[in-house]
Amino acid sequence: MADQGLTLKLDVAKVKSDFPIFSKSKYPKLVYLDSAATSQKPRSVIDSMSSYYETTHANVHRGVYSLAEDATRAFEDARIQSGRFVNAEHPSREIVFTKNATEAFNLLSNSLSVHYLKPGDSVVLTLMEHHANVVPWLMLKERLGINLKFMDIDQNGELILDDIDELLRDSKLLSLTMTSNVLGTVPPFKFLVEKAHEYGLLTILDAAQFAPHKKIDVIDIDADFLIFTGHKIFGPTGIGVLYGKQDLLESMPPFLGGGEMIRDVKIDGFTPNEIPWKFEAGTPPIAEAVGLKAGIEYLESLDYEAISEHETALLKYMIDSLQDTFAQDIAIHGPRNIEKRSGLVSFSLNEIHPHDIAQVLDEYSVCVRAGHHCAKPLMRHLCVSATTRASISCYNDFSDIDALIDGLKVVTKMFK
Amino acid sequence: MTGLEDLYREIVLDHYRNPRNKGEINTPTAVRVEGFNPLCGDEIVVTLDLNPDGTLNIKIDGRGCSISQSSASLMSETIKGSQIKEARNKVTTFKNMMTIHENSLESSDDNETSFDIESLGELAALQGVVKFPVRIKCATLAWNTLLEGLDDLEKD
Repeated sequence: MADQGLTLKLDVAKVKSDFPIFSKSKYPKLVYLDSAATSQKPRSVIDSMSSYYETTHANVHRGVYSLAEDATRAFEDARIQSGRFVNAEHPSREIVFTKNATEAFNLLSNSLSVHYLKPGDSVVLTLMEHHANVVPWLMLKERLGINLKFMDIDQNGELILDDIDELLRDSKLLSLTMTSNVLGTVPPFKFLVEKAHEYGLLTILDAAQFAPHKKIDVIDIDADFLIFTGHKIFGPTGIGVLYGKQDLLESMPPFLGGGEMIRDVKIDGFTPNEIPWKFEAGTPPIAEAVGLKAGIEYLESLDYEAISEHETALLKYMIDSLQDTFAQDIAIHGPRNIEKRSGLVSFSLNEIHPHDIAQVLDEYSVCVRAGHHCAKPLMRHLCVSATTRASISCYNDFSDIDALIDGLKVVTKMFK
Repeated sequence: MTGLEDLYREIVLDHYRNPRNKGEINTPTAVRVEGFNPLCGDEIVVTLDLNPDGTLNIKIDGRGCSISQSSASLMSETIKGSQIKEARNKVTTFKNMMTIHENSLESSDDNETSFDIESLGELAALQGVVKFPVRIKCATLAWNTLLEGLDDLEKD
């Protein structure tokens, strides 16, 4: 019988073979469990960028020759692809390319500080934000005198929602992650955006960790702004994406000044370009945009449900294996309920320092992240100085988890 | 893994599991200095005092990774009973070893440095296990803390 009606299974061996690093790096048995830091790149992304440089490269938006027009079209196609990726209503106008997600946050904190945020205004964050969504607001606190309020988390690493009305009332902005890069927690972001809108707040969602795993729909979530980065969704480094509702982007002043973002310049003033170029000063990351488009196409060529099914099974296997093998010696951070987490597992093992764990695992070519994960407010809250984090992507398989467990057995033996 | 690496690792693990001169000196003349590496949370507490003959007494305490803690333990062994000047020279020698090592880690070629590693005794083990530049800070934390303590001791 044909496989009608069955969920499409992810062909992990095929997926893995699409990523040259697993056959070409000098580590023949590379076990890459650090995709939350950055994903590996499929052949199609690498090829798209070399092909662009070989056949299409020129500067964008200014040449009056066909080659420059080709480059401009490639760049703007990438914008439209990125807009469709998050289901933007106006993909060609609501997507701004930045250097990375961090720059997108800085763009927003700076631009919103001109007309929207005033001294004494409150910005609501959560305790599990990446530094990229903390430090720009702390800088604004110093520069402008805004207040920051942090939503607390409970023992399971889930947001405490009891005092949400209190937090949002009289605040101006809510900015939160869609997936914690330390805990893997997926907070109820849609509910929170809705709640924030009831109190008239603007909302920013950090989708950097969410985008590689689940479909984003900005219309359904009704987010005012949403940020993700290219290199975590199989694209190149050097390109981040800011989605913003058209009317909001239009009402905001530019961030960086220079070429491209400008319509007219006189010696006593300037007129900015229209959106989205108003926010893109200087020559943009053109080849990176082309690579990002290929990354999105690769991700979308795999069925989201199939990815989710595979990754959930991997996560469950990882958590069960860690608990079965190390029992009371291991503390797994983040939600117990697997439905409430995505992509990664952070843990503490027997008070062995994560740097020691990671360095021993490295001898088995198992790559994990050890440290504070650019989330020091959260680390303080968890009362740990560092954790070990194993994060997964669609190219990981069960043998990768087995290699992690085997490596950790050596670690516990060594540091007993 | 080579036999030498195994030996180095055993030395480091031994000092990590059974740190020497652990604790704090509680005499009124003792100086106490804390060292902290915010990047990875390593903590070292060094207490120092001078014996009547001018030699150093030292105890170390703290928490953190095997490199930072074993380095502190190894340091306490080599510093205990030294004169201040001698101790400073040992700090310089150790930090030189790690600097040369860091430079060789960061350059792509694996050429051996001319440093006389054998003169350092067991301390050479640290150079043997520090494989990444980021961990050199773990290895030198105790030594930088000791330097501060020596400064305080000489101020008093």
